[in-house]
Amino acid sequence: MIIELINSNFQTEVLESRIPVLVDFWAEWCSPCRMVASIVEEIAKDYQGKIKVAKVNVDKEVALARKYQVMSIPSFKIFKDGKVIAEFMGVQAKSKFIEEIEKYV
Amino acid sequence: MYDLIIIGAGIAGMTASIYASRYGLKHLIFGENPGGQGNLAHTIENYPGIKSIKGPELMKRVSEQVENYGVKIRREKVIGLKTKDQGPRTKDTNQKFKNSNQFLVKISSGNEYSAKSLVLAMGATHRHLNIPGEEKFLGKGVSYCTTCDAPLFRDKVVAVVGGGNAALSGALHLASFVKKVYLIHHRDEFRAEKAWVEKLKKNKKIKLILLSTVKEVYGKEKVEGIIIKSLNHKNIKTKKRQQVDGLFIEVGKTPSIILAAQLRVELNEKNYVLVDANMKTNIVGVFAAGDLCLQKEQMVLCQFVAAAADGARAAASAYQFLTKKDPGASWGSFDKK
Repeated sequence: MIIELINSNFQTEVLESRIPVLVDFWAEWCSPCRMVASIVEEIAKDYQGKIKVAKVNVDKEVALARKYQVMSIPSFKIFKDGKVIAEFMGVQAKSKFIEEIEKYV
Repeated sequence: MYDLIIIGAGIAGMTASIYASRYGLKHLIFGENPGGQGNLAHTIENYPGIKSIKGPELMKRVSEQVENYGVKIRREKVIGLKTKDQGPRTKDTNQKFKNSNQFLVKISSGNEYSAKSLVLAMGATHRHLNIPGEEKFLGKGVSYCTTCDAPLFRDKVVAVVGGGNAALSGALHLASFVKKVYLIHHRDEFRAEKAWVEKLKKNKKIKLILLSTVKEVYGKEKVEGIIIKSLNHKNIKTKKRQQVDGLFIEVGKTPSIILAAQLRVELNEKNYVLVDANMKTNIVGVFAAGDLCLQKEQMVLCQFVAAAADGARAAASAYQFLTKKDPGASWGSFDKK
């Protein structure tokens, strides 16, 4: 399951999460974002219970996008204990996601 | 052992797969990013038979057509290509082929696949400026995709570098979100279509900085500005700092030849994979298609229809290489399948 993040649930879902959270910053207009969406879904299934997968629509959640300085999408950040511990961007192969996530699960 | 492995799942690679399926070739197709550059096209209005379509929609249709033949596009990154047996390399297209060449395709998960032939269709990628700060600030203000990132720069000041269609249409797209766009181009005229140039000149948010290049991107955690150097002979020493929040680099494309280089495929002077009229490279059993390759004296076109045609011909060439049959003569037979 992928959690829709908004300003009001970001604190509880991401910053206070007991397991690492992969956050996908995306927007409707961004076709590369749509290209990786299916990989993100697979990751959410494969790592269920080990990491949380969530997404931020940067169009609707401008404050979150600004706060985390998202200037290029798709942009991925892994949060652990309230902090960004890894980030990468662009269309990536599933193996890149796995490589990044495996460091923290 | 596969008959064929196609590397790249843009329009060229996917068309090669459709043809390979119809020729009955046992094959694989790898593409980290199915649809490739086609996914970035806003609207396509010159693909015969389709009046107007969004790039991602056309690519989706083509990938469905590929998978309709039972071939799954594998979203894996290919990291290595090699010849199993250093077979004969020749430019002579009439040479009698030895079937000794086998190719090993290694993907990032570590798996390896072998095939009797390859179609290289890795396409092209954006060209870099290779200036200080460009890599450091990628995603922190430096971008190669105006359609993706323009809305993230609402009410900011940005610069665009380039003079082609992508740069001009990108600057116009940006202008609808940002406060100001500086368009920096090293010449005093544009390569872009006249229609774009006229629109650009009418746009009050866009300021042209011609006969100039960007020498550096600076900032702390994100882009804070750029250093612009004037190429105008009268003030040749001019270097100017300009505060911007973003730099969009649209200086054209360059063929993605890293994997091709591993096979030591011959390139032309502009680093395109050199192919003959039947999409053969200098290595027996290796074919190429799409924006990655050019024939001798062929002009760069970068069009969907041209890449699709390349893909068809590359698959036909592979079929001929594998079966020694004339692909043209086989049409009647496999249509009955």
